[in-house]
Amino acid sequence: MAEPFWVEIVAADRRVWEGEAISVVARTTEGDIGLLARHEPMIAPLVASTAEVTTPDGRREVVVVDGGFLSVTPTRVALISPFAQLAHEISLAEAEHELREAQKALDAGDNSEEVHRHYQRARAQIRAVHLVA
Amino acid sequence: MPASLRQLRERRRSVQTTKKITRAMELIAASRIVKAQQAAQESLPYTRELNRAVAAVASFSGYDHPLTHEEEHPTRAAVLIVTSDRGLAGAYSTNAIKLGDRLISTLRDEGKEVMTFITGRKGIGYFQFRGRNIAQSWHGFSDKPNHHHSDEVADALINAFLTPTAEGGVDEIHVVYTRMESMLIQEPRVRRVLPLRVVRDAVNPEPQPEGPLPLYEFEPDPVTVLNALLPLYVRNRIHFYLMQAAASELASKQKAMKSATDNAEQLIQKLIRDANQARQSQITQEITEIVGGASALAESNHEE
Repeated sequence: MAEPFWVEIVAADRRVWEGEAISVVARTTEGDIGLLARHEPMIAPLVASTAEVTTPDGRREVVVVDGGFLSVTPTRVALISPFAQLAHEISLAEAEHELREAQKALDAGDNSEEVHRHYQRARAQIRAVHLVA
Repeated sequence: MPASLRQLRERRRSVQTTKKITRAMELIAASRIVKAQQAAQESLPYTRELNRAVAAVASFSGYDHPLTHEEEHPTRAAVLIVTSDRGLAGAYSTNAIKLGDRLISTLRDEGKEVMTFITGRKGIGYFQFRGRNIAQSWHGFSDKPNHHHSDEVADALINAFLTPTAEGGVDEIHVVYTRMESMLIQEPRVRRVLPLRVVRDAVNPEPQPEGPLPLYEFEPDPVTVLNALLPLYVRNRIHFYLMQAAASELASKQKAMKSATDNAEQLIQKLIRDANQARQSQITQEITEIVGGASALAESNHEE
């Protein structure tokens, strides 16, 4: 039995999720990172993607983050992102709509950071929904 | 009697209507303060984590980041003044503008050129009326700022800061906002946002409940982490200031509307008294006239 540790997922306007977990998988700018209890303290920037938290009873929480960073301290792991959403809070139709809009903007030659962010976020949302299903 | 009974009654009715309006505005402001405070409460964990992380990176790496780089001879400064969109909030906007004006003249005395950024229609109106330059302004969200608004403002400020001074950028950025001390006291304040002063105590004034900062490992390296964190941090600061200002605005509005309601109440009392007096003197006069008429009649009958 893996050792549980405390995990918090914090968005700019609310605490999205907190609880015990036995593992966390998130994507940093350097690639995917898996965390177990007693990981060394670290801070790493995240990219827009999905993160997975496995709880002691074997449930899997999938959360979409939009940048931000990951902070590991001896007592807990925190995912901090301006935008964070649990997979079951996502509306697939809305995410697909946003993805299409962003794709259209990209095709039209709009290369702004904002559009890229929307695109990445929508893709992560859709991925999260499929991961849970 | 200066005014007729009818006039007094009409005035009383009109003051009563005004009172109803100010009372409603007072209640609306009161209920929205609660919401504003809740929103502030909910964004606390994020702010705390961010402050902690920035403090950790900044104190463990001696790296000189553009956002923390302190110019030796700053020549241009930007000032963001946070005011309200609407009036009827007492001296709320005036106080912030006054403090902003003082700050601008201090900066000018130090030989710096000042760019003004403003949020809120009241501040925009003040500067436009006096024909003064506004570098950029925003309005429409003073009582309910969300992250889109604050990000927009913060990004404009970061941009101005990162532009070289010779090309119209600035060396430092100050914010004038109104801090919500309590429901009764709201005080305008000046804060320097950029360059960031990364003193650990200043970034993290409250005692650390989780103990001292652990020795973090930075993935991939401190510079990249700092690059990712600082814009988030500045955005969060600006958001915090806008939220504080919004709560202060609502509190000032509630206070102003409360005293307006109280004044209306007093005025109504006075008008009721005046009306009663006017009515009484009318009656007295009529009786006097009747009595006078009757005795005149009796006298003329007696003479016959």
